[in-house]
Amino acid sequence: MDLFPLWNSLRIATLSAVIVFFIGIFAAYYVSKLRPFVKGVIDVILTLPLVLPPTVIGYFLLVTVGARRPLGMFLEQFGVRFVMTWQGGVLAAAVIAFPLMYRTARSGFESFDETLAYAGQTLGLSNRFIFWRIRMPACKQGIIAGLVLAFARALGEFGATSMLIGYTPGRTATIATTVFHLWQVNDEQGAFVWVMINLAISAVVLLAVNMIERKNGYLRRYQKEIREI
Amino acid sequence: MGIYVDIKKRLGKFNLDVCFESKDGVLGLLGASGCGKSMILKCIAGIEKPDAGKIILDDKILFDSAKKINLPPQKRKLGYLFQSYALFPNMDVRQNILCGFSGAQNQQEKEKALDEVLELMQLQGKDKHRPHALSGGQQQRVALARILVGNPNLIMLDEPFSALDSHLRERLQIQMQALLKQFGKTVLLVTHNMDEAYRLCKQIVLIEDGTVGVFKNTKDLFFNPESRQAAILTGCKNIVAARKISAHELEIPSWGIRFQVDKPLKDGLCAVAIRAHYFNTEANWNRFPIVFTGELEEPYGYIYTFRYENQQAESEDIWWKFPKSRRAMEKPKELGISNRNIFPLYE
Repeated sequence: MDLFPLWNSLRIATLSAVIVFFIGIFAAYYVSKLRPFVKGVIDVILTLPLVLPPTVIGYFLLVTVGARRPLGMFLEQFGVRFVMTWQGGVLAAAVIAFPLMYRTARSGFESFDETLAYAGQTLGLSNRFIFWRIRMPACKQGIIAGLVLAFARALGEFGATSMLIGYTPGRTATIATTVFHLWQVNDEQGAFVWVMINLAISAVVLLAVNMIERKNGYLRRYQKEIREI
Repeated sequence: MGIYVDIKKRLGKFNLDVCFESKDGVLGLLGASGCGKSMILKCIAGIEKPDAGKIILDDKILFDSAKKINLPPQKRKLGYLFQSYALFPNMDVRQNILCGFSGAQNQQEKEKALDEVLELMQLQGKDKHRPHALSGGQQQRVALARILVGNPNLIMLDEPFSALDSHLRERLQIQMQALLKQFGKTVLLVTHNMDEAYRLCKQIVLIEDGTVGVFKNTKDLFFNPESRQAAILTGCKNIVAARKISAHELEIPSWGIRFQVDKPLKDGLCAVAIRAHYFNTEANWNRFPIVFTGELEEPYGYIYTFRYENQQAESEDIWWKFPKSRRAMEKPKELGISNRNIFPLYE
């Protein structure tokens, strides 16, 4: 059996989750500091990919980075190509998964106690130190949750991916597009195998999330007990 | 040496406009909550930017809108003790205190200073604890230690005792007083609690609606308040409109009496303030017949409310407070008050 779709899905989901992790955090951080009105407008724009049908995202991606579009031709000069390549899969999955990372991280940043940052400043700590060593750890829960959600969503991406990169066995096939293709060609058994593989990956991801949460839960209960003593 | 603050800042409908100066010692900023006290500290720390004005600390300009100077908080070398102490929850006590060191010292010096400050703050053995595993008093000491290791030129304390249980508060105030004496430089203490202000501050600035109401030495403020606001904030229970008759006599129309006073009255007298415990059964001064209207028992004393015989119906009952040991079998028919204990208030 050709395991390429498994490998391709994992690399697309992992890479897009990493990209979305950084972009999502910085977008969340800067948006959380904006004035209410501007924040509302930008928030709507950044959250749109979550509620639009993935095929609409696929359409927007094709009209911007398509082979005969200005941006697509510009990128082609540097050998960067998104249509019908696995890199395009990363782009599509990142756009779709971005709002999940952004929104969870933003609600984390908004509940951050700003006095901690002020205290850091008056103590002479650099703004970079305050961001990475005080703000980020305090918002850790939301950021990890956002990252896992983004990874899971990227792994399951189908609509925008199939529009942008199609289905080419051994080149662009992902688990989701493979299941669809095998069903189309009446290979129910083949589809079943990939469905089970996908179920296994999702179960492992969710188990990992629960274990992280439970560990933190134990820690918190334990700390509460110490305080009560 | 000392701090000079003259700042203006508009925040929606609220206008902050204060000016005060302090040499070494503890200066209290006393005012009701929401009057702008904490905003003043934030402006001095550089967390908030005033619209206009000047902030100068020991000849170093921290902020000057005319010269376009606005040092970032990191360069101001101030210690700011937040109301919530603002300990970093993801770091243990030791890491929290290490954050307070300025970059110049080497590791060995830091370790030595860290051990010293842990001992000074009675935190030995706590250095590996996370902040939430500490009591309120310990958290406060960690926050102070974190400030002190940076050797700041000014310490600002924002309601430092409000988050503590009352039985701890007084004990910690004594420790704090010793510590601030040792620190020796200027300290600003924000509080709404007059007892706290009296115990710890040499001078007091009264803040009201974003402006400086009164700026006086602490003793002077409590025993010669002169303004209605100062009388209220220092806890005078009986404040009533009055007018001057002569240099040593005033009339309180709503009580239907005249009081003799020791110190000559100035023109512009508008009211008098009398502390509830200043009335006396034995005083021969200003003695008038009274009628009791109510009583309230407290742990160590009583509060009686009473009225003078000819008191006008719409004026409020008068408060008299005395310790339990001085309760007589029969309620007195007359009460007097020393001619020194009537505080004149002016416009």
